[in-house]
Amino acid sequence: MSLIRLEPRGQASKAMVYATPLLAVALTLLSGFILFLLLGFDPVKALHAFFIDPVSSKRGIGELIVKATPLVLCAVGLAIGFRANVWNIGAEGQLTMGAIAGGGLALAFYGEGGWWLLPLMVIGGAAGGMAWAAIPAYLRIRFNASEILTSLMLTYVALLALNYLVHGPYRDPDGFAFPESRLFEADAVMPILWSGTRVHLGTAFALFAVAAGWVLIARTFIGFQIKVIGLTPAAAGYAGFDQKRIIWLSLLLSGGLAGIAGMGEIAGPIGQITPSVSPGYGFTAIIVAFLGRLHPVGILLAALLMALSFIGGEAAQIAMGLPKAITGVFQGMLLFFLLACDVLIRYRVRIGARRAVA
Amino acid sequence: MHRAWAGDPLLTRGIPPAYLCPEVARLWHCPEGFTFLDPSSLDSHAKSHASDAPPPRLELRGITKRFPGCLANDHVDLVLQPGEIHALLGENGAGKSTLVKMIYGVLHPDSGTLLWQGRETVVPDPAGARRLGIGMVFQHFSLFDTLTVAENIALGLDGPGPMDALSQRIRTVSERYGLALDPERHVFHLSVGERQRVEIVRCLLQDPKLLIMDEPTSVLTPQEASKLFETLRRLAAEGCTILYISHKLEEIRALCGRATVLRGGKVVGACDPRLETARGLAELMIGTELSTPERPPAGESGAARLVVKHLSTTSDNPFATSLKDVGFEVRAGEILGIAGVAGNGQAELMAALSGEALVADPASVVIEGVSSGHLGPRARRELGLAFVPEERLGRGAVPELSLSENALLSGYAREPLVRGGLVHFGRARAYAETIIKGFNVVAHGHKAEARSLSGGNLQKFIIGREILQRPKLLVVGQPTWGVDAGAAAAIHKALIGLARSGAAVLVISQDLDELFVLSDRISVLFHGRLSDSRPTHETSVERIGLLMGGLFATPPDEDGEIVRAL
Amino acid sequence: MSAEFALVGPILAAMFAAATPLLFAALGEAVTEKSGVLNLGVEGMMLMGAVCGFAITVKTGSAPLGLLIAAGAGAAMGALFGVLTLLLLANQVATGLALTLFGVGLSALVGQGFVGIPLEGLPKLHIPVLSDLPVVGQAVFGQDLLVYLGIAAVPLVHLFLYRTRAGLVLRAVGENHHAAHALGYKVIRIRFLAVMFGGAMSGLGGAFLSMDYTPMWAENITAGRGWIALALVVFATWKPVRVMLGAWLFGGVTIAQLHVQGFGIDIPSQILSMLPYLATVLVLVLISRDVARIRLNAPACLGKLFHPDS
Repeated sequence: MSLIRLEPRGQASKAMVYATPLLAVALTLLSGFILFLLLGFDPVKALHAFFIDPVSSKRGIGELIVKATPLVLCAVGLAIGFRANVWNIGAEGQLTMGAIAGGGLALAFYGEGGWWLLPLMVIGGAAGGMAWAAIPAYLRIRFNASEILTSLMLTYVALLALNYLVHGPYRDPDGFAFPESRLFEADAVMPILWSGTRVHLGTAFALFAVAAGWVLIARTFIGFQIKVIGLTPAAAGYAGFDQKRIIWLSLLLSGGLAGIAGMGEIAGPIGQITPSVSPGYGFTAIIVAFLGRLHPVGILLAALLMALSFIGGEAAQIAMGLPKAITGVFQGMLLFFLLACDVLIRYRVRIGARRAVA
Repeated sequence: MHRAWAGDPLLTRGIPPAYLCPEVARLWHCPEGFTFLDPSSLDSHAKSHASDAPPPRLELRGITKRFPGCLANDHVDLVLQPGEIHALLGENGAGKSTLVKMIYGVLHPDSGTLLWQGRETVVPDPAGARRLGIGMVFQHFSLFDTLTVAENIALGLDGPGPMDALSQRIRTVSERYGLALDPERHVFHLSVGERQRVEIVRCLLQDPKLLIMDEPTSVLTPQEASKLFETLRRLAAEGCTILYISHKLEEIRALCGRATVLRGGKVVGACDPRLETARGLAELMIGTELSTPERPPAGESGAARLVVKHLSTTSDNPFATSLKDVGFEVRAGEILGIAGVAGNGQAELMAALSGEALVADPASVVIEGVSSGHLGPRARRELGLAFVPEERLGRGAVPELSLSENALLSGYAREPLVRGGLVHFGRARAYAETIIKGFNVVAHGHKAEARSLSGGNLQKFIIGREILQRPKLLVVGQPTWGVDAGAAAAIHKALIGLARSGAAVLVISQDLDELFVLSDRISVLFHGRLSDSRPTHETSVERIGLLMGGLFATPPDEDGEIVRAL
Repeated sequence: MSAEFALVGPILAAMFAAATPLLFAALGEAVTEKSGVLNLGVEGMMLMGAVCGFAITVKTGSAPLGLLIAAGAGAAMGALFGVLTLLLLANQVATGLALTLFGVGLSALVGQGFVGIPLEGLPKLHIPVLSDLPVVGQAVFGQDLLVYLGIAAVPLVHLFLYRTRAGLVLRAVGENHHAAHALGYKVIRIRFLAVMFGGAMSGLGGAFLSMDYTPMWAENITAGRGWIALALVVFATWKPVRVMLGAWLFGGVTIAQLHVQGFGIDIPSQILSMLPYLATVLVLVLISRDVARIRLNAPACLGKLFHPDS
């Protein structure tokens, strides 16, 4: 019979909860080593170029933080939803809507700005993301439609909307028909937190989201309700926890945070509205949320790792001509390995025959 | 090699091997020892075989099965003769189900041997069991709701042939044994009794030599049960062996000619149950003396704490049973029991009472004088309702969470466990400890996950959690289903104590014995309608059984009133 | 009048073609889901099929080999999903998302050297006389083989599911895996095969896109069709014939928006391009609101984990 089998543990292993992400990272690096070999690159050099070189300078660390910022913002919101079995996978769309709304304000008040413009843009960005996430929430509650599919479909719609806007109403009137908006004025740009880098105010928002998310999950009664709904919906119903309220809460929260992330991109490192606001932060944030164990602090660490895979991919492309698509492969592999290793939390792996023959 | 000889068809005709060929006989009797020969032992074996009847249908020798953390079967021996109805008796958790699953090939023993008609056999899987002629009717039916009866039966047969012919065979067999079934119906339309018929017919179509019945009457009315017994007796008379698993002593004494008793995974006795008293059997099964809980007479019944009037429900769940004009009241100090076979609206009634399903007319559920039909579970709890659902793990408790978190699950509404939106984990922990101590819950402290507890201990925890909230009204579904006798007695005592201290208690159960122990009054739920209640001492198991079979409701008369007969 | 009429044929032809990738992917996913497994990685499996089929065809010049490898690549992705969810008991939703993200990345990596290379497309069927019939000739008798294969798969899958014993067992496993296990069916093995079949069909759907419909390779060439296929399965309440009607409906929407753009009507192209996605949302809402119907048709064990010892 089968030589390897799974034996349920009486209690989930706490040690494995922390060990499996590390194991998954190790397995991913090992696979990366083999992958680079297969592609004909020196694996040691390639891994160095991918994971070490990009963060060996102040500028590099700054970039890491810049890239981690939207990932954290999106992932904290998603994690709260995932805990409650609310599968919002449209953070990319909500992020885009945040950029459209926040950026629209920057353009609308172009030349008339003041200190109030940036706060207004933050609110606008959050509202844009929330509005976009409210649609799947409403459709799930009112019509029982799967938020997985609706939130994803709306992502495509949001990306097309952005594309339309930068080709039309948002286009820079003096920009020779390039599909880009004007560069934002100083009032509409996120202040830099760390001089010499591009680390901006959005990072502070992200850190605040981590802290607030932690309190919500670990200390509040709402956090407990989210946990119960995610684990055992029938028990939540029995206890009288309002599932609709949790669906609204988690989608609006994750939409709002993604919206702020999108607004932070255009008002931060980009400085204008372009057809591609994000290299897929909203999707990568799904991986970040899982890798971080749906826990805000874990997410912070996971986001840094994922940000590294983004800038590592770019750096390795420039330095060694490695294909940029490797970033996506690494991210996917990491999530696979994590999901596979997670079996160790609830099961023991036993090697040997199923039973002694009498 | 020797196994093949042991199974030689000549042997099963009762011809002793020694008379066929001494070589063969030697191999048969000393499977591992054919390097030496002991003529005297050979002779005595040959003699004993010559005088013996055919070999037993099934013989188990030293069957042992271990699960992580528990020894489910410990060197179990069992002999089943052709044509007998043999009871396998034991408490919940005694290892009965594990044992029969090994006979049916669902599980495999760690050690020990199984002899089928005298031949040592390994049952590799259920299909292999069916090929041998072993059929099994599961306690939790292995049926598929959205498939038809014929499709369900086809799945349990090897080579069922074309569906039309199968439907015809189903009709023939079901008529022959008085088990009416329509092969084309979808299973979700069927009552529990009809579902059991599907399982039985599925087995009968394979001409079983051994039929295993796992707690078959727990879902039947007494009348349905006695009809089932007729079928089983008829099968036994035709030569089929029946292994009958139950913990209901009276029916075993009525049906079975032999009984093997399991306790803690070991065989602790074998007897002819017709010659034993129910009490004697029970003590053999439980190992200690049995104490039936005292039920002090109810005092003057107090104020009506729960009033249900004209409660009707509809559902967008096609598998649900709608409630039709249900009405009753439960007063302070009394226990009202609602009997009925599963699937007659119990789940819907429970949901309508707990607030998990809201009802259109707020006044159809009145708790403590407050119309509550529109209120959710939390608001109802704040009015004084506590609630123990039928489904323990997965509704009454979250399997993966600790006991202190599970204490918070329903405790938040009436205990000071949440302050300013923040959880007071220290108090939740203390509350869990109080429950564990107060109700003798065996668990590794408040940190133990709910799923790590045995059924009885988890139920004690849940009931304790509800009772310690000092409810004015407690609604309990299936309080002791699947619970060991010790825990069941403790739970019964706690419920009676709660009622006598002035709370109103509603018990919804399929177990008539339990309802007759607990209730001051009993009603019956059938097809979503509720009969009028009767004081327990004025009615009998037979009368309640008839009501459970639906013999109370005549169609609504001209005024729309339902005439109820008792 | 006659000019307008003459357009019907090509439009129908285009509709059938646009429906084909969805049809393959959704049929495969319907079988997977009937066995009780929710694989959200359709998009990733389609992309791997698309890139592998394209690459093999370019390298070897053999389209049949390309299709075979595409189906194999999809099935391999399905097997990966199976190992994680069926053997290692990973959450199906999370694993499906991971499969898509992984497929997007890996297909881009594999397809790097193939961007911008033209391919001829699959040979068209040409039946003398019939294919030259006015209006319907091209649409009905002039498609390439894969379009017919997709349509032929519909009755085959239907017959398999509802008329064969293997199909009955597969539905039983999706309906109640504990009962199926108790009766002695190999739940995990059956699901594994169903997942691999779903992967192979998705791979073929993707290959049709890259090898024939476009025909070229570009990153993310599926543009959400895998997700639309998932929605189609719900829309079709898991019934193969309705999957086909749904796929045609979406093919129609896709073609309609292309033609409106072609007519030069003054609606921004991006807005028109949103139509298939918005239509998906609309269709999903319309079907999901009927909870009773979904409950009656959805496999009861869809997305639930199964461990034989518990």
